[in-house]
Amino acid sequence: MSAGAHGLRDKYAIAGVGETPYVKGAGRTTRSMAVEALRRAIDDAGLQPSDVDGLMSYQSNDSVLSSTVSGDLGLRLNYFADVYGGGTSIETLIGVATGVIEAGMCSTVAIFRSMNGYSGLRMSGSGAAPAAPMTGEALHSHVYGWQNPAQRYAPAFVRHMHDFGTTSAQAAAVRAIHSEHASNNPKALYRQRVSVDHVLASRPICTPLRLLDCCVETDSAAAVIVTGAARARDCRHHPVLIRAVVGRVSKPRLDMHFQSGPIALAAGRFGSDRLWAHAGVAPHEIDVTGAYDAFTFTTLMQFEAFGFCAPGAGGTYVSDGTIRLGGKRPNNTSGGQLCEGYTHGINLVIENVRQLRHDVDDSCALGAEGRRMHTHDYREGGCRQVIAPQLAANLGWGGPQTASAIVLRRE
Amino acid sequence: MSIEATYMGSRLHIEAADADNLAYFAHCARHDFHLQSCTACRKLRYPPTSACPWCATLASEWQAVPGTGRVHSLTVVQSALSPAFREFVPYAVLLVDLDTQLGHLESDDALRVIGNLCTPDGRLAPAGDVGAVRIGRRVRMVFTDVAPGLALPQWTLDDT
Repeated sequence: MSAGAHGLRDKYAIAGVGETPYVKGAGRTTRSMAVEALRRAIDDAGLQPSDVDGLMSYQSNDSVLSSTVSGDLGLRLNYFADVYGGGTSIETLIGVATGVIEAGMCSTVAIFRSMNGYSGLRMSGSGAAPAAPMTGEALHSHVYGWQNPAQRYAPAFVRHMHDFGTTSAQAAAVRAIHSEHASNNPKALYRQRVSVDHVLASRPICTPLRLLDCCVETDSAAAVIVTGAARARDCRHHPVLIRAVVGRVSKPRLDMHFQSGPIALAAGRFGSDRLWAHAGVAPHEIDVTGAYDAFTFTTLMQFEAFGFCAPGAGGTYVSDGTIRLGGKRPNNTSGGQLCEGYTHGINLVIENVRQLRHDVDDSCALGAEGRRMHTHDYREGGCRQVIAPQLAANLGWGGPQTASAIVLRRE
Repeated sequence: MSIEATYMGSRLHIEAADADNLAYFAHCARHDFHLQSCTACRKLRYPPTSACPWCATLASEWQAVPGTGRVHSLTVVQSALSPAFREFVPYAVLLVDLDTQLGHLESDDALRVIGNLCTPDGRLAPAGDVGAVRIGRRVRMVFTDVAPGLALPQWTLDDT
């Protein structure tokens, strides 16, 4: 294969990650949190702020812009861009970062997401009423009380249950398993383990979703640093290489995607072949996943879309022990957005970078050189490091109609 | 001319420049459902768009479409966002396959029209009807009058 489509495989790396605490009620501006997350990511990489000459963010008119943050950190940029959007953004922007570095536009890119997702703009819409009138597309959707992501995605979930026999209990297993993972993550917002029965007994939101099927609205900022593989080898941690990216792959009729079926299958199926061809590996070779968990159902639909199981088999895949720590292919070992915190996906990538470094920040004792001595005992309050993972995949979701994914490899 | 209205506690606005939505809702206000038909490939589309999703032809004309179909999927909302909708929980949002054009496109594609489950006079349906609606259920279109030039297409159980 000539250079081009596959030519960037393993050529770039994620060299640094950083975040602020995952909390409800940060009492801080998105600017303050973004600057701290970036500073932590730069320090984590062992770089200086002056080494960063590219800056990107994603947001929903709810956050500080790159042009403000760069000044706070004294950066002189050769490239910056702020992109509108939530889930699917982080994988996409990592891919864009490799592209702009490859184009010679800059050498090292920091990407951040900062959101007061609990205190400020809440994706559930349960905060302040919108001031702007409904117009355009909203006259065919929001006007019917069909507004927030839970309501807008629910017809796909209901149809999935109808077409494939997926049950609420199968979906609830995602929350139960992620809560087990979160109980071993000291920085997770919800560290309490919950059972499938707890999920099924929680307050109904809109069919088929109950409260514990939904992620936890969070105030936080997080950042990652993308640079060339050669440079990453001189950084503080073991390099985590970017193997392949697909970003913002869409279904037909992105605007009104339910016109085009089958509505129970997510957009990732349009990007799956490209992802695995570029990655040069298959789903069964992946050691740890980060399937987007804005809702329990999104996780199982993502696994189907990207070929981890057959279409319709997602309910079994997420409830048979595969995705649990100690299982064949653990998912969202931090507890994910259902438990650690909801950041529109960036924390799920950060967790997998730490997994591939073989150095997740659990409660295991610190050994020489400040690295944890992982026990791989996954009981409550214990370890959450997967045993020697080499490959990770993150599967981003922006609704049933939009998907992204990234495959990462430990060098 | 633009339309300003209030419905279920929310302000609605159709700007004067939005000819496609003005025409769509004007037909609804006459309780006479129309969709755009492509002048080249003759396919219908929903909701109003600036070109044909099938062949990208810009020109279209409005065509009357029967308001009958079958529930493709739905959600029943128990936890509403706006105070006005909270008074009506549980309410159902239906995604309905129109009979028109069904099977004429790719096998899984259809004209799928959103609406609430309503009574025949266009008010949100009582809990008993909401609890009875399922995928595959026959429904027919009714309208909720909002303002001059603006009514919302809705769905009611079709027992005929």
